[in-house]
Amino acid sequence: MTAATETGHPNVLAKAVREGIFAGVISFFMFLLFVGVETYQDINNALVWRTRWGLLAIFVLVAAVSRFLTVAFIKPHIDRRKLAKAKSGVLEVSEQKNFFHRHFLKIALIFLLVYPFLSLLIVGKQGSLKYVDNFGIQILIYVMLAWGLNIVVGLAGLLDLGYVAFYAVGAYSYALLSSYFGFSFWLLLPMSGILAALWGIILGFPVLRLRGDYLAIVTLAFGEIIRLVLINWTEVTKGTFGISGIAKASFFGIWSFDTGSANSFVKAWGLSASSVYYKIFLFYIILALCMLTAYVTIRLRRMPIGRAWEALREDEIACRSLGINTVTTKLTAFATGAMFGGFAGSFFAARQGFVSPESFVFLESAVILAIVVLGGMGSLTGIAIAAVVMVGGTEVLREMSFLKAVFGPDFTPELYRMLLFGLAMIIVMLFKPRGFVGSREPTAFLKERRAVSGSFTKEGHG
Amino acid sequence: MEYFIQQLINGLTLGSIYGLVAIGYTMVYGIIGMINFAHGDIFMLGGFAALVVFLIATSFFAGIPVALLLLLMLLVGMLMTGLWNWTIERVAYRPLRGSFRLAPLITAIGMSIVLSNFIQVTQGPRNKPIPPMVTDVFHIGGITVSLKQVLIVIITAVLLFAFWYIVNKTPLGRAQRATEQDRKMAALLGVDVDRTISITFIMGAALAAVAGAMYLMYYGVASFNDGFIPGVKAFTAAVLGGIGSLPGAVLGGLLIGLIESLWSAYFSIAYKDVATFAILAFVLIFKPTGILGRPEVEKV
Repeated sequence: MTAATETGHPNVLAKAVREGIFAGVISFFMFLLFVGVETYQDINNALVWRTRWGLLAIFVLVAAVSRFLTVAFIKPHIDRRKLAKAKSGVLEVSEQKNFFHRHFLKIALIFLLVYPFLSLLIVGKQGSLKYVDNFGIQILIYVMLAWGLNIVVGLAGLLDLGYVAFYAVGAYSYALLSSYFGFSFWLLLPMSGILAALWGIILGFPVLRLRGDYLAIVTLAFGEIIRLVLINWTEVTKGTFGISGIAKASFFGIWSFDTGSANSFVKAWGLSASSVYYKIFLFYIILALCMLTAYVTIRLRRMPIGRAWEALREDEIACRSLGINTVTTKLTAFATGAMFGGFAGSFFAARQGFVSPESFVFLESAVILAIVVLGGMGSLTGIAIAAVVMVGGTEVLREMSFLKAVFGPDFTPELYRMLLFGLAMIIVMLFKPRGFVGSREPTAFLKERRAVSGSFTKEGHG
Repeated sequence: MEYFIQQLINGLTLGSIYGLVAIGYTMVYGIIGMINFAHGDIFMLGGFAALVVFLIATSFFAGIPVALLLLLMLLVGMLMTGLWNWTIERVAYRPLRGSFRLAPLITAIGMSIVLSNFIQVTQGPRNKPIPPMVTDVFHIGGITVSLKQVLIVIITAVLLFAFWYIVNKTPLGRAQRATEQDRKMAALLGVDVDRTISITFIMGAALAAVAGAMYLMYYGVASFNDGFIPGVKAFTAAVLGGIGSLPGAVLGGLLIGLIESLWSAYFSIAYKDVATFAILAFVLIFKPTGILGRPEVEKV
């Protein structure tokens, strides 16, 4: 290591200043037309423009200063750490784990089980609506979707960009069958899963021969086709208006959560009317569904079919040469993944009471895929952490009303939700390309099970 | 018959725009094997840059000739998106080159989300209409051809020729083709691979900017989420033509444009995108490498 890489050395500082100025100039031109100029419609509805030099200056300054700091301090720091690690010769995955690490799953599960009551205890009935619904249920839906997609992408290595289609199939199955035929949630939940799995097979068949990016684009196309059909087949799906007034889930048919009904839950237990009980009930349903997904995934990985998926991901040609039927392997992966998407979809419809094609845009697929990759493909814990960070993080942003005090009353944090989500996706990928959990525990091993670095597993080429 | 020819002309116009965007996808894919998901949003940025230039130019010089105005819009748009795409490649894709394959795809999807939301935040979520720029219309028999359609096709043809010339006849093009075939070997033989890839991104973005400006001129409206659907269609076009193949991208673009306009003319407008995607699926199922793509050899 030469002295030039030391922090504070004039060479580094001079370089940092140069790079900072360069970044400033570049960003000035980049943002000149989009930030420096604002276009808006005047009273006559004609498009006019005005300048925003102040805002432009802020953008340029932020770019220049952050580039300067990166080059001057952050990069040398990272380099030094890497060097120290390489010198010490310690493997990336260490065997020593502290108490929290070892019992992380148990702690997380217990926390999730008591979470609704904890929030009831701390913030009361009205306050916990937000915590149970917006945070708990919302995050768990994404955890379930991401775990479902993980079977397709993480285990079988088939890049699927249209996963939201199966979510839509599940949601519309429940919405349509319950409003046209009056079937109950508990009948339709498995049925939506089966229907979605069926769609998984139908859409999986034609794409069996496709590999990698071609597979990605065709699955994206299928996702869009299903959404467009939902929009345009107005006689059945009511188009963009969506289907509203979808029946709520009942407590296994014993108690209903509709306020007016005779066997209402609140009456039976002598509680005061509040929608929080339904939300808590839903929270436990989605938690159970998530656990089911995790259980099935873990069990399947140890079965021949799961091993076949992973073999397919690692090397398709070797897989075929060894006599594994790639057709059934791929189709079961699609169908299993789709089934969990279908479960999540029907749950979503029951929770929302309203479905419309708006909820099933490509962006959702992208978000789910991002969660899978950011978590570290194939790692259930990592994916759950990624879902909490990414979905929870954007939900937290809704709550940041104190930012209004900083940026003025016109500031709406929600507007920046997806912007920050996208930025977070990029930043996490840049620093942790292997995802939050970078180690894997292979299912097949020699002598003893040992965690390996994620870079030893392939991402699959479909 | 006249109706058919009319639709053919409309499809050709639309197809030219898709073709220009598709070239950006196909070049980037060819050279670094990555789906640049943000390319559709680069196209949208190009449209917005053209919109801002249009507003500024018309408010300063009320009687500016249309040809000059258009040239200005195209040039500034190309410079702007070139700069953006260069920066994006440097910041979000280059550090991940050589990392595992899904990583740049995820940053590209993230970039796409960032770009469309950035425009939504800075320019507002509403559609931005501009007054029509080119209104002349020719009548040939029973067919109407508007000047803007002619302009779009001519500009596309000129650009394609220039582009073909650069890729096939210049040292830069040779470097690009060499990098595409074998990046390591090209580097060993003295090709500046990083620079070549950067230039490829800039060229793709410039073409997308032209497409964006023409899209704005054709429809007279720009919106922050204009990037997604045309982007996906252009990508579809690139795959349809055989990803990695330049003539394939143009052919795919024209085909998608024709399918779209003929389907809306004879069947139903509502399902035109369904038709596009369904045909894509069919082509790929029966000819998985696209129309002009090279068959991929699987090596062990």
